[in-house]
Amino acid sequence: MLDSLSNRLQGVFQKLSSKGTVREKDLDEALREVRVALLEADVNFKVVREFVKGVRERAIGADVLKSLTGPQQVIGFVNEEMVRILGEEQVGLATASKPPTILMLVGPKGSGKTTTAAKLALHLRKGGQKPILISTDAVRVAGSEQLLALGKQLNVPAADVSDAKPKDQAKAALAEAKKHGATALIVDTTGQIAYDSDSTADLREIHKAFGPTETLLVIDAMTGQEAVNVAQEMDDVFGIAGFIMAKMDGDARGGAALSIRAVTGLPIKFIGTGEKADALEAFIPDRFASRILGMGDVLTLVEKAAETIGDEDVQRLEKKLRTQTLDLEDFMIQIQQMKKMGPISQLVDMIPGLSNVKSQMNLDDIDESFWDKAEAVVYSMTPEERRHPELINGSRRRRIALGSGSSPQEINRLLNQWKQAKKIAQAVASGKGPSLLNMIRR
Amino acid sequence: MASNKPHLERSGWGFYLSRSDLPIAPPPPSRYHRGRIMRFFRRAPKVEDGEAPASDEPAVEADQLAIEDEERTEQALERTKKSWFGNISGIFSRGDVDEELWAELEELLIGADAGVATTEKILKDVRERVEKERIRDAEEVENVLKETLVDLLRSPEGTGRLWTEHGPSEVPPKPAVILVLGVNGTGKTTTIAKLAHAYKADGGTTVIAAADTFRAAAIDQLKAWGDRVGADVIAHKQGADPAAVVFDALSAAESRNADAVIIDTAGRLHTKLNLMEELSKLKRVIERKQPNAPHEVLLILDATIGQNALLQAEAFTKAADVTSVCLTKLDGTSKGGIVFSIADQMGIPVRLVGTGEEPEDLAPFSPEAFVEALFR
Repeated sequence: MLDSLSNRLQGVFQKLSSKGTVREKDLDEALREVRVALLEADVNFKVVREFVKGVRERAIGADVLKSLTGPQQVIGFVNEEMVRILGEEQVGLATASKPPTILMLVGPKGSGKTTTAAKLALHLRKGGQKPILISTDAVRVAGSEQLLALGKQLNVPAADVSDAKPKDQAKAALAEAKKHGATALIVDTTGQIAYDSDSTADLREIHKAFGPTETLLVIDAMTGQEAVNVAQEMDDVFGIAGFIMAKMDGDARGGAALSIRAVTGLPIKFIGTGEKADALEAFIPDRFASRILGMGDVLTLVEKAAETIGDEDVQRLEKKLRTQTLDLEDFMIQIQQMKKMGPISQLVDMIPGLSNVKSQMNLDDIDESFWDKAEAVVYSMTPEERRHPELINGSRRRRIALGSGSSPQEINRLLNQWKQAKKIAQAVASGKGPSLLNMIRR
Repeated sequence: MASNKPHLERSGWGFYLSRSDLPIAPPPPSRYHRGRIMRFFRRAPKVEDGEAPASDEPAVEADQLAIEDEERTEQALERTKKSWFGNISGIFSRGDVDEELWAELEELLIGADAGVATTEKILKDVRERVEKERIRDAEEVENVLKETLVDLLRSPEGTGRLWTEHGPSEVPPKPAVILVLGVNGTGKTTTIAKLAHAYKADGGTTVIAAADTFRAAAIDQLKAWGDRVGADVIAHKQGADPAAVVFDALSAAESRNADAVIIDTAGRLHTKLNLMEELSKLKRVIERKQPNAPHEVLLILDATIGQNALLQAEAFTKAADVTSVCLTKLDGTSKGGIVFSIADQMGIPVRLVGTGEEPEDLAPFSPEAFVEALFR
């Protein structure tokens, strides 16, 4: 997720940081590259234009051209603009003052509404609600069957009211909800392809009858420049409360997310990160920005860990990250625990410093075997070496290489990764929120 | 009605050939006359017939059908046209060719999802020609741009054995095997139904392999479509081995003497290596069962998609040698400019477009019509 965007941006930053001062030429070149990186990530071209203009104006205004810390300042501006665009704070789901809460999902065809509906049901159930899934999709062939099947899988009640007339569906759905004692309705709708009044007539009628607590737009993370228009038109018609980015588990760069937030001001509420029903993450803007910028997201990682591993382990992990005592042994334990949590490729995004390395090792290709190898290397070290890796010299390295069936270069690489992870982990964990600026100034 | 459209060529491309000066081979004789999309999916001629099944169709009906097709596609592209029109007009009526024109064209192309690299390449080509031909009037640049875009879409050769730039291949294999791939939610199942419908409308028979054994209710959806368009659906239970489904479908097609086997696969993100490996396996199963098959490996792309489509095309090609692209949901507001990138950087031709929700809403892709629609 987000890999190529963050890699591109980091490349630009690195080049910029290598200069002592920023000349106007450097600034323009860096901004040109930022522009291309954003465009290739499907950020809307108007947003890109504003973004680049904003950073440039701030940079010129702040006299970065004369300043000794010019490069860092420019990077800081990019970071701040990014956070600003993504929204300052997390926006959760509303609950109706008088139950049941009705959440209605709308969106383009194939954007992932049905899957998201099931995920939301699970999310609400975790939060102590009693959800019911409602299908109003009369258009898609066997559309409601999919929702009913998902409900059955998750053991969440589900009802198909799509046979009723648009205006009668809400009544039927509420009756079903009452029957099951549900506190929240999640209403799946027919995917839209055009958003003018003719095309949305049925849906508007259904929408009106339900009078949802929140109408949520589900949008595919891979959507191109059109995303902004879709969001705007849907908002005009339905009054969208926020949107959910589905399919963020691929290599989509999420430019659509940046754009929609920037243009419409609608908050991003969740991101879908996999096909499984629990693959739904609350969207937290500054954490997301830090993932885009390749800084990892320790907090989400720690929370995820808390769900999978015991509290004790988590506290230890957090402490190790905060104090500078992350040694190789911890590094390995951490990684083993993460393996339990889910596919490494997703988690790596959250580990500070590792997303850099990710492109070099093509995670999907090597999959889990990379970690097996790393494990073998660490286990071929003496306990002393694991605690004080700086001890490792040429002859120790050769021994470890022999013992683990790897080459001395591979051992160097692992050590470098660990050093980087340690350095950045500390930088990020010690500062609150996005602290790229601090990290680079350090 | 035919006399209203005297310039309408009748060919496998139906409605698309409304300009007589297109750089395209003249349509082969009578058997194309029906002008329907179905000709594109022509089944193998029956030996006892001695001639192609459509040759005795009256010519009047051919025109009528072709015109209907044309209207349908124009309607489908209406929204695409509208959204581009606002941008396009104005740009070329400025008079002079200046830097601002190039900047606006760049935004226009990027805004249509053509991608940065491809946009740069297109504009470089256009600029070179404009300079070489000493074009000073911005309106003439429009034509150069159009031609450049059409050339770009025409550039991929394509390796499929069923469809070529000029329509269906001369001697379609029997059964023709079409493997349909794509990420989740692009419209694979609907496209498959449309393909089956096209064969059916041409008097052919198809077998659909329900090899999407993952998604909840995918099999139900396909069966419902099969009933509607009159195609046999070969399915196992949800969670079954897709390769086994494909194998059975190929056997069934053989014994039922079907004209085509269309294989539905589970939508998968191209980054899931094990799922991509599963596709390679499916393809190997097909190859072993029927040499030279699959004849087309069709990647379905949603017209709303952005630059991620390139990564998809790359990954699916690596796994299963994609031969053609079908651009779906073109009846929405999206411009589908990603096809320029796909043609430019992947060299994969677009062969089909989905233009609506009905079974007959599938048309052969025509670079001219696509580009024209963007500018009209």
